[in-house]
Amino acid sequence: MTESSNNYLNDGSTIRSWLLTTDHKRIAILYMVSITFFFLFGGAAAVLIRLELLTPEGDMMRADTYNKLFSLHGIIMVFFFLIPSIPSVLGNFLIPIMIGARDMAFPKLNLISWYIFMTGGLFSLITILVGGVDTGWTFYTPYSSTYANTYVLLAAAGIFIAGFSSILTGLNFIVTIHLLRAPGMHWFRLPLFVWTHYATSLIFVLGTPVLAVTLALLGVERILGVGIFDPALGGDPLLFQHLFWFYSHPAVYIMILPGMGVVSELMACFSRKPIFGYGFVAMAGLGIAVLSFLVWGHHMFVSGQSVYAGLVFSFLSMLVAIPSAVKVFNWTATMYKGTIFLKTPMLYALGFIGLFTVGGLTGISLATLPFDVHVHDTYFIVAHFHYIMVGSAVMAYLGGIHFWWPKITGRIYSEWWGRVSALVVFFGFNLAFFPQFVLGYLGNPRRYHQYPGEFQVFHIMSSLGATILGLGYLLPLCYLTWSLKYGRRASDNPWHAKGLEWETSSPPPTHNFVTTPIVNEPPYNYGQPHREEEIGEGEPAKHHVEKAEVES
Amino acid sequence: MNESIPILPDAASTSASEVDLLSLTLLSITFVFSVGIACAIGYFALRYWHTRDVNRKLHESVKAHWQIELTWSLIPLIILMVMFSWGADMFVRYHEPPDNPIEINVVAKQWMWKIGHESGPREINALHIPIGRPVRLTMISEDVIHSFYVPAFRNKQDVLPGRYTTMWFEATKLGTYHLFCAEFCGTNHSRMIGQVIVQSPADHAAWLESQPVASAAERGRRLMDSSGCLQCHGADGNRFGPPLNGLFGRQVVLKDGSRHTVDESYIRRAILEPQTQMRAGFQPIMPSFDGKLTPEQVLDIMMYLKSVADADGPVAGPGPDTASLLPESPHSSSPPSGGEDGRRPDEGGLGPDDSQLSKTLTELPLTPALSPSRGEGANAFPAPPATTDSSSSGNNSREEIK
Repeated sequence: MTESSNNYLNDGSTIRSWLLTTDHKRIAILYMVSITFFFLFGGAAAVLIRLELLTPEGDMMRADTYNKLFSLHGIIMVFFFLIPSIPSVLGNFLIPIMIGARDMAFPKLNLISWYIFMTGGLFSLITILVGGVDTGWTFYTPYSSTYANTYVLLAAAGIFIAGFSSILTGLNFIVTIHLLRAPGMHWFRLPLFVWTHYATSLIFVLGTPVLAVTLALLGVERILGVGIFDPALGGDPLLFQHLFWFYSHPAVYIMILPGMGVVSELMACFSRKPIFGYGFVAMAGLGIAVLSFLVWGHHMFVSGQSVYAGLVFSFLSMLVAIPSAVKVFNWTATMYKGTIFLKTPMLYALGFIGLFTVGGLTGISLATLPFDVHVHDTYFIVAHFHYIMVGSAVMAYLGGIHFWWPKITGRIYSEWWGRVSALVVFFGFNLAFFPQFVLGYLGNPRRYHQYPGEFQVFHIMSSLGATILGLGYLLPLCYLTWSLKYGRRASDNPWHAKGLEWETSSPPPTHNFVTTPIVNEPPYNYGQPHREEEIGEGEPAKHHVEKAEVES
Repeated sequence: MNESIPILPDAASTSASEVDLLSLTLLSITFVFSVGIACAIGYFALRYWHTRDVNRKLHESVKAHWQIELTWSLIPLIILMVMFSWGADMFVRYHEPPDNPIEINVVAKQWMWKIGHESGPREINALHIPIGRPVRLTMISEDVIHSFYVPAFRNKQDVLPGRYTTMWFEATKLGTYHLFCAEFCGTNHSRMIGQVIVQSPADHAAWLESQPVASAAERGRRLMDSSGCLQCHGADGNRFGPPLNGLFGRQVVLKDGSRHTVDESYIRRAILEPQTQMRAGFQPIMPSFDGKLTPEQVLDIMMYLKSVADADGPVAGPGPDTASLLPESPHSSSPPSGGEDGRRPDEGGLGPDDSQLSKTLTELPLTPALSPSRGEGANAFPAPPATTDSSSSGNNSREEIK
């Protein structure tokens, strides 16, 4: 099986065969390399921010530099790493294989999406090179439209362009899932990974255009001086916040829903059981996607919107907690009477559940009005959304990358190093962000270049944790890259997992399957394994294996 | 500030302990659920470890999913609704205006807080308030969005350009507390900080006494005089405009037939964009004062209109009878104002007195040599004068000039 010489990786090795490919698997690799690059960029900004915050005085850099760094960190991480992370890499690679298709519904559109994304990224990089932007990733008006003296339009243009990549990717996923399912792959035989990507795609298609319109209006006001958001010109500054959060709150679910899909796959595989309450988990994902469009006002409890609006948005925000809680309970219940293997992906998945629980519960606290009035725009918010967007989403991304690494690359990574990285990331993350909950309740506002001295001890803890977290993130970069050349060959199904992606070879052939698979069993149809069974060891390297041809 | 490492911020307002109790409850819920999930995961992982020989046969009752799903949806729902109701009740109460508050005006700009007291004194990046009395802030921004945040009071409100927002609190503990700008507002956002100084009533009265300036309402009335408002709105004016006595807080009928309560926003629009809300029965002849009055001056006029909100009888004019309508202030012995010398509006709108006054009020202490709003000149701005001393000396110098 591993002898299969024809796979997507060695089907052409020229640069051209990569840059002009329409193979969804190669496009996924292109995305993986690009977002890793952006992640390192955004991470470098975080390092500088945490260094500056070691001392209360703003003594390492100027205030403007600091403001540009956190803006850069937010823009790059949100729009160029988190939003594309799981959908564009794992989703692109896996969705066609998981449903038994040869490729996406629109393979060329898929490639175009990557080029659009890179164009947007290029704009952001140019923004940084020519001098940066200092509005934060939220671009609040009238600061961004009238007062900021930095490259607001260039940065906004980058996000505007990258948004079309999201829309087209979402469209592609929806059409692919509707039309290209293999015979027997009913809707309720779809893996939850596919379900959550379906929900995510709905947000991509329905939400992203609103962001595009908002940024376009911002540009119109900034260039032409048409009064839309600036009251000095007759505009309304709160209108911007309404429009921005109408997209950007659902965008949080763009980051977390695919992660929930990944975790569902991992929990089932490493508990050797069907996911508990499959139908409920699938519908909870759709429920989250729908509700996500109705809660944007909880970002604006102290903004000057009416008391009545505050009450309505508080109530609706509470409701989002229900489908989220249902998912957490079902994942936990999946382990009940399972057969538990704590492999690297499972460690990441369990870390996800822990951090998502804390992030979600602090979200309930923030939906409670008087609590939010106190901690709004403080480090409590920063801690909360990092628990969701970094703690949860990045944990899920890394868990997914480890789980499907043998499938994607045909190689086995070092399990020992994998477990170490999962533990280091979990520990470092909590040390970095838990103190920020305390800081926020004490009243330290976010986006502060300098701060009163009594807060310093928590900032030091946070910076220390961030250092550990950074090292934790660098580990997989090293041992996964190492495995490309020196890792053992993976069998077709090293985890003995269920799902169509494990029925084809590792790495899969260019058209995914030699013959179109026919599905005749429910999802996650795990039998009881022998208790001695070890999974994930791959095949012993009996003979010298030829080097995988992986292009950079 | 504190030697020990703080875990809770100072609790110094009537709402602080209530918010802390709510927070503690939320923390408990967070703790119970996350530790519960973590324990369940840990237990299952050990109990059903792949090498252990345990019974893995699912009982039939566990397979009937919907009852289980319903149970663990409804229990959180009940908890959520309890927390929502609790929070909503507090939120609504905190937005009801308090009885008989001390009125304070706040004008925010990049990167300073300008505070104006009802009884006249002005401060920058400092707010002196007495303990045990509700304080109501009427706030507006000159440029971008800011946010007035006092952690010790557990209270925060964004300050918007072009529109008033209000907040109130009642201090319960003497001391000096942080005032932060919480909404990112540009280069020196993290230096847009100040202090809230909670004083005993006696100390506060003494502090006010040491700030010998005219009360805000008095300043407002003189400003109306000098700006020519009273030519139409005054007792001796030609009565083109509606009377101002007893106006604030009343319901008025607009040209389009709609009824409107006269509040801060209404007054502000009436002064800056008068044509947008014409009163029924009056000619649209009032000019706009947009750009002619500073935000502080508009707020002073507001203070005056509030001070005559309960007055009836003849319309307020510049005559001596007006003085009796002014609220009692410790500055009743302050130098005679333009109004009290009986000068009438038609005898010259802008006397030397008034121009001097408005100049001192608008230019001198309130706009120090700052780089204009666009974010250049990052660190040129020195740390804000947050201490009481500097701000009161600012007031003193203003008085000397006067």
